[in-house]
Amino acid sequence: MKTKVLMAILAVVIAGLIAVPWIASYFYVFIFTEILILGLFAASFNLIFGYTGMLSFGHAAFFGIGAYATALVLIHLEWPFLVCLLVSMGASALLALMIGFLSVRLNEVYFAMLTLAFGMMVFAIAYQWRSVTNGSDGLAGFTLGSFGLGLDLTLANPSVYYHVVLGIVAIAAIVLYLICRSSFGMILKAIRQNPERVSFAGLNVRTYRLVAFVIAGTFAGLAGGLIAPFLRVASPELLHWSMSAEPILMAILGGTGFFLGPFIGSAAFVLLETWITTYTESWMLVLGIILALMVIFFRKGLLGTAIDWWMEVKK
Amino acid sequence: MSNPVLTITNLTKRFGGVTAVSDINLEVMPRETLAIIGPNGAGKTTFYNMVSGRMHPTEGKIMLDGRDITGLPPHKISRLGVSRSFQINNIFPEMTVQENVEVVLSAYHGHSRKLFNIASRNTSIQQEAVEFLKRLGIDSLKAQRAEVISYGDKRLLEIAMVLATQPKLVLLDEPTAGMTPDETRRTTRLIKKLADSGDYTFMITEHDMDVVFNLADRILVMHRGEKLFAGTPEEVKNHPEVRVAYLGEEDDEAVEEANP
Repeated sequence: MKTKVLMAILAVVIAGLIAVPWIASYFYVFIFTEILILGLFAASFNLIFGYTGMLSFGHAAFFGIGAYATALVLIHLEWPFLVCLLVSMGASALLALMIGFLSVRLNEVYFAMLTLAFGMMVFAIAYQWRSVTNGSDGLAGFTLGSFGLGLDLTLANPSVYYHVVLGIVAIAAIVLYLICRSSFGMILKAIRQNPERVSFAGLNVRTYRLVAFVIAGTFAGLAGGLIAPFLRVASPELLHWSMSAEPILMAILGGTGFFLGPFIGSAAFVLLETWITTYTESWMLVLGIILALMVIFFRKGLLGTAIDWWMEVKK
Repeated sequence: MSNPVLTITNLTKRFGGVTAVSDINLEVMPRETLAIIGPNGAGKTTFYNMVSGRMHPTEGKIMLDGRDITGLPPHKISRLGVSRSFQINNIFPEMTVQENVEVVLSAYHGHSRKLFNIASRNTSIQQEAVEFLKRLGIDSLKAQRAEVISYGDKRLLEIAMVLATQPKLVLLDEPTAGMTPDETRRTTRLIKKLADSGDYTFMITEHDMDVVFNLADRILVMHRGEKLFAGTPEEVKNHPEVRVAYLGEEDDEAVEEANP
């Protein structure tokens, strides 16, 4: 019964998402494109944060490198978009392997600080390596060509691009969800709750943390590959440490204990930002108040609180 | 008799100037239950930490089934067949009781490397997990969240998790600490049954002397990091130095014998 209702809600949401270009203005097509991309970014982050219990402050490094990879391939090689995204994922996976290898051996605050430090290094490189990254201006002026797989899609059309993003994010979300439900995912949850017990069960916790870190980085890179054509620029802001804070806020806002939490958080974040900034400049103040209230009163986030409330009503 | 499961030679651990464990030699035979006793600070837990890989020995050698495991990390030692419980409960609080055992089983069977199976549909692991819970008499709690079950049941759950790795050697660190007298009796009976089944080799530290004398085939008495004496429960009971050092008897005669 409960699962049926949840499945029905999910089906309605997906149908609504598919219908966005026909029922909403262009403005909201852009808004929802951003929600989906940032939702994937936040969901990838939540694999290491909500599931494995590692608070990374450097997740934007993988998002940004994904954006730069797609931009560079589009500028220099003009490969199909799908190939660009694969390059983005490969680049971010490699970077995650390097940063992760050095970071996952440390715990908690030291892990957080080290990922922050590496994130800042990546930012500094993108900022200063002008010949490749075009410095503070970032890489712009690239155009999307074909999609790949012989599909004839006009990617320059925002509605078409929205549907491409929706499809890719949906596939990526399903893959991430399956990983969370697997035996491997169960071990990640166990590591969050008690890493010592996991190692005394015969598993090398460091290896599992590293694999989770690389998977998370790879999907953040995919999200980055999707954001570059959307913004029409790959700029150092995407790598800035403040960008690393966004998936943290979104995951907490939506609920870290639920797979879809980060997507809800992304939607809440982007929509609130859009609506509140039309009334006041101090969006950050409002966001700060909302987050403080969430953390103090609704630890489980919007989704978790909603599910708890619904369970209570059902009783 | 067969070869020892565990052979320890000259095992020593020093923290700076303090020697926590000093020159311990010990053999553990298959299917025996060896109890380690000694007052707080005698070095029992440090000794366990070295055998299970949580600490590196300063000196000495630990052989498991003829294989040198000295200084290996915990996960490797666990894979080779040493499994331990802790003095404080060490479980996965947010999972169900059954899932707690499933985690250990999927680690043991290598399922933990599978990224795309569905853990909740792995019936063979689930059945096996219930089997281990039955052995500890807590299968009726399988669907409960582990953090809500009683203290004593948590300790039994941890023992179920320890056994789920099919260990050659089981280290239990004060399995009845903090338990009510009833829970202690139940746990002692269970461990006794497991030991009598002949499937396990146990090493147990314990403060409760009734439990020790009930379970142990052999007792190692530690005092200030050193091996004071090793022998059968009867020998330990009658050993004058042990009585002074540990049993805390204000027996004048014994004191004189110990400090001539």
